[in-house]
Amino acid sequence: MQVYADNAATTRMSAAAIGAMMPCFEEFYGNPSSLHSIGQQAKEVLEDARSRMAALLGCEPREIYFTSGGSEADNQAIISAARLGARKGKKHIISTAFEHHAVLHTLNRLEKEGFEITLLDVKEGHNITAAQVKDAIREDTCLVTTMYANNEIGSILPIPEIGAICKEAGVPFHTDAVQAVGHIAINVKEQNIDMLSLSAHKFHGPKGVGALYCRRGLMLTNLIDGGAQERGKRAGTENLPGICGMVAALEEAVAHLEENAAKVTAMRDRLITGLSQIPHCALNGDAVNRLPGNVSFCFEGIEGESLLLLLDMYGISASSGSACTSGDLDPSHVLLAIGRVHDVAHGSLRLSLSHYNTDAEIDHILASVPAVVEQLRGMSPVWRDLQIGKRTYIL
Amino acid sequence: MALYSEKVMDHFMHPRNVGVIENADGVGEVGNAKCGDIMKIYLKIENDIIVDVKFETFGCGSAIASSSMATEMIMGKSIHEAMALTNKAVAEALDGLPAHKLHCSVLAEEAIKNALKDYFDRNNIPYDEKQFPDCAHCAHCE
Repeated sequence: MQVYADNAATTRMSAAAIGAMMPCFEEFYGNPSSLHSIGQQAKEVLEDARSRMAALLGCEPREIYFTSGGSEADNQAIISAARLGARKGKKHIISTAFEHHAVLHTLNRLEKEGFEITLLDVKEGHNITAAQVKDAIREDTCLVTTMYANNEIGSILPIPEIGAICKEAGVPFHTDAVQAVGHIAINVKEQNIDMLSLSAHKFHGPKGVGALYCRRGLMLTNLIDGGAQERGKRAGTENLPGICGMVAALEEAVAHLEENAAKVTAMRDRLITGLSQIPHCALNGDAVNRLPGNVSFCFEGIEGESLLLLLDMYGISASSGSACTSGDLDPSHVLLAIGRVHDVAHGSLRLSLSHYNTDAEIDHILASVPAVVEQLRGMSPVWRDLQIGKRTYIL
Repeated sequence: MALYSEKVMDHFMHPRNVGVIENADGVGEVGNAKCGDIMKIYLKIENDIIVDVKFETFGCGSAIASSSMATEMIMGKSIHEAMALTNKAVAEALDGLPAHKLHCSVLAEEAIKNALKDYFDRNNIPYDEKQFPDCAHCAHCE
């Protein structure tokens, strides 16, 4: 049995998304910037997609900027807010310790340019509180950027509350909502979000396309200079097939949001309950405010890459924050940020579900993971030392 | 292309000589849990011949495969032959390892040398310290 349980990495495309892309290859192939009818037809398709995207997020069409994906949107949002802040002499940015690298590495770059970065601690409850944001805001804060939901451990942050605090303080608020859009109900105006990044392939749309919502009145800085596409803020001929696929995928996801969330949450909770029975393991992430599809555990005494390889042999595609799965030497910064020590952070497993998963697949995972963990513990000197008391259990 | 060669996957899926030797004549352990790999080698030695070898490994697929292959390569060999086992030979026997996994074969070589050193120490057999580079010479954990 093949079980795809790595939907936080990417998703399989929906039929609706593929269907929406095809006419863009065959019929609406014109360049939206061209004057002739074929070009103008493509322009109409593009602007229709923009209006629909805006309706899905609760903003105006002119506030939507199509990008190559979530990383580009994150970079542009943060750089833009930093440039605006610097003009007013404000060079302090607030974020969290468990952001995606698209955010953290952009902040690192700004830090080298003289910005001061406060990363909020996420050890308590594997999440942040709006109060932490409030306490961190200063006179010279030019941006608060926090993810909507964490990609590795599934914690959903208190975004509307953070948004309200930022609004009151007059500080622009950006959220990297790559893991949340299409899975959680989002309305940027109601939730006081000034900028939001999203990526199509996380909700069954195509890869290589995303969007940045940026509230009117906040001026964007170009990352890519050239033509006047996207109101002059993002040069390059628009990826019309990608954009149409993305909007179709998001319309479908939003139309079935509650139904899908209920189904996926039930499967998630079965996995969490079942896998919690494995001795000396711990659930990572906020147990209550949690993405419908995220299951993340650390298992003591084993290493994540070997766990993934064996699960792959059982037909299960999963992911881990182990160092050996990246080529990096440290385990995931997210697991370290929530307080997992290296020894157990290496033994992490993330299963991320979608509505395409079935109960039979969950049964297969529940039968396979304990067997694989036991097999690896059986050959682990760390596990032996733990069992004979030469080492003390951390979990 | 798969991440690992068929040999690596075979030794990972069906590791040879997994386990513990009670009353081993030499035991070697290298690596640390913080770093993400630990290898432990147990040797049974009679008349300078390795008559049994077992391993336990905490680590990635290539670490498990490297330990399995290394134990197979020294089983039944003399301690002098075992001392001559290089990480390169282990990696080659596995039909190669990805560049960022080569340290796994280094760990296998070091674990075996460590176990032999323990055997020499226990039996007051003189040896040249330089033959036993310690873990610190590998930059992996830095």
